[in-house]
Amino acid sequence: MQTNEKKIIWKKKDLLGLEYLSKEEIELILYTAASFKEVTTRQIKKVPALRGKTVVNLFYEPSTRTRTSFELAAKRLSADVVNIEIEASSVKKGETLIDTGRNIEALKIDIIVVRHNASGAPNILARSVKSRVVNAGDGWHEHPTQALLDMFTLKSKLGRIEGLKVSIIGDIAHSRVARSNIWGLTKLGAQVTVCAPELLIPEGIEQMGVKVTTDIDEALRGADAINVLRMQFERDGALAFPSKLEYFKQYGITAERLAKCKKDIVVMHPGPINRGIEMSSEVADGKNSVILEQVTNGIAVRMAVLYLVAYAKDPAPSEASKVRKEGAG
Amino acid sequence: MSKRYLIKGGRVVDPVRKIDGPLDILISDGKIEKVGKGLNAKADEVIDAAGKIVAPGLIDMHVHLREPGREDEETIRTGSRAAVRGGFTGILCMPNTDPALDEPLIIKSLKDIIKRDALCGIFITGAITVERSGQKLTDFEKLKKEGIIAVSDDGSSVQDKKIMQEALERAKASSLLLIEHCEDPLLSAGGVMNKGFISTKMGLKGMPARSEYEAVKRVLELAKRSSGRVHIAHVSCKESIDLIRKAKKAGVEVTAETAPHYFTLTEECCATYDTNTKMNPPLRTKDDVEAVKMALADGTIDAIATDHAPHTDSEKDVEFDYAPFGIIGLETALSLGVTELVDKNILSWDQLILKLSANPAKILGIPGGSLKEGSPADVVIIDPGKEYTFKKDAIVSKSKNSPFIDWKLKGKAVTVLVAGQIAMKDELIL
Repeated sequence: MQTNEKKIIWKKKDLLGLEYLSKEEIELILYTAASFKEVTTRQIKKVPALRGKTVVNLFYEPSTRTRTSFELAAKRLSADVVNIEIEASSVKKGETLIDTGRNIEALKIDIIVVRHNASGAPNILARSVKSRVVNAGDGWHEHPTQALLDMFTLKSKLGRIEGLKVSIIGDIAHSRVARSNIWGLTKLGAQVTVCAPELLIPEGIEQMGVKVTTDIDEALRGADAINVLRMQFERDGALAFPSKLEYFKQYGITAERLAKCKKDIVVMHPGPINRGIEMSSEVADGKNSVILEQVTNGIAVRMAVLYLVAYAKDPAPSEASKVRKEGAG
Repeated sequence: MSKRYLIKGGRVVDPVRKIDGPLDILISDGKIEKVGKGLNAKADEVIDAAGKIVAPGLIDMHVHLREPGREDEETIRTGSRAAVRGGFTGILCMPNTDPALDEPLIIKSLKDIIKRDALCGIFITGAITVERSGQKLTDFEKLKKEGIIAVSDDGSSVQDKKIMQEALERAKASSLLLIEHCEDPLLSAGGVMNKGFISTKMGLKGMPARSEYEAVKRVLELAKRSSGRVHIAHVSCKESIDLIRKAKKAGVEVTAETAPHYFTLTEECCATYDTNTKMNPPLRTKDDVEAVKMALADGTIDAIATDHAPHTDSEKDVEFDYAPFGIIGLETALSLGVTELVDKNILSWDQLILKLSANPAKILGIPGGSLKEGSPADVVIIDPGKEYTFKKDAIVSKSKNSPFIDWKLKGKAVTVLVAGQIAMKDELIL
């Protein structure tokens, strides 16, 4: 850890995305997570840091793993936790996001952890409530805590982020995990390559500071780590790729492909895995895989995020949630 | 009997008559009686226009007034008040109301409401196809008899080439202006902003510029083939402009408009998910903004029209994906023209009035757009140096969906006469 990490003070009301954080802020989260990691290995896995605070998990999309991880993180900090699940299909008829947010806030809660199918929903919520807002994944936009736990895992495995070659493989176009990882990794000085079939590479992605390739071998060559995304074949009724088998053949991570990589290459996956589609079972369960460690680290990282936003010093509204006041020119 | 007014001491700008200088204007019987130097005629009221610009009343050829059907968003009354506030004396309303303006009876009842409620001239666009569904043409002749001056399915494109071809032919036969909203819905499907790096970064589905210019290309070809005349609505991207420029050179009868937000804002304004930056066509890139400015300067784009599209706060205060497209524009168009075009030396005052008044009048074939003696006295008096902050609580329109709230703007309409009657005096709407 660099020495300057402790000097900075967290001042953000919300965690909306890694695009909106500085390198130092990201490092502060990872640094804080390291001390919470120790808590999660104790016999008594609980500290009173958020005692008397209430965290609401507001989920507009079904998610067992992220919600459970946030719930455990909050509980291990001694916060009270309430889970609210709202079916996306009922949203258009029912209460608006802003109304829901304000009603939850009226219950005198402190933090809203929001998962939403619409990109930018956490930004809109954050500027409508005084409560702290943590993005647990919004549309194709960002999933900051996932990227933070990926980076935390990478750092604990390889000792650093700076200078690492990391390839993100899979449906980049529709992946919030990819976007958050790109922002975070590039800010911390990693060299990021994204690899996907042509149709799943979104326009202008190279402007985020990444190398782009459709060739899996190129993405694997020399990589220190790979982050393999979950592949979803049907979207709006259209096929993103002709067949699962063909995808596995062209992009699936197999033992043969891995054998040509760096020996200690770190294999990550945000889960849930489609075995035999993005990667073979052999790889998923193999010695390079850190998939379960990612899950464990997720709790420490989320504890750090909840703790930091809860005690943000005189939080200013996040830039990312402000409505722009100036023109283009 | 209407009063006799003498507007004294102003700088009269009338691009049609090629006038730009200190002149007085005498108004009587609702008409311009005389324009001249140092007029000393007797008048009921003398309006001091010293330091002001006196111009033909502005004409907005692209306005959604929402009546009938969505009176919670805007009405003839509130929309025409907003128009007057912005310096407009004539506006053209679009037919995507509920029901759509596709039948003589609906036009007739709308005319009654206009007669009762309008503070300025309101001209009517009829739908090209029944229910704007792109399937079956409306009866242009019958609609014209009820008073429409243009046809459009604005909000959507007419996709079927045969139907469009026939629409162009019939519009020509009936001397109606055909206004086309150019969008290929297959290419823009599901999109909520311009497609590119910003939409990628924000995780939003994009509408490529191609979805606009492919439709422009198609309608220009059809206009050429049918020797019809077409007006392209809300041009937003460089490629559309290039196509229009080329078509004009080749002699195709085409005119085009853009909206103030397309020469003021870029897609980067969407980055905070402010739904008041969501419109269709979407805000584009810096290059597109520059191209729009160039096209205004070189005459490729003939008119500035607002595409005033009122939506209530509760419709707009939602997730970006769920918000309706569109922003209000009547009250900021002139100021944005001054701030972004005149002050930045893109257009002269003369050219700005051309785009905001003379050209729309000419394209639509309606009176106004000039201060000719004997023509209806539609006049706007503008304070060109007035600086102000556009505040939400000062918005006259029923809806407040503007991305320009709290912007510092320059240039404001202060007094407006509609057919020789004062509609606004010293910023007070009557």
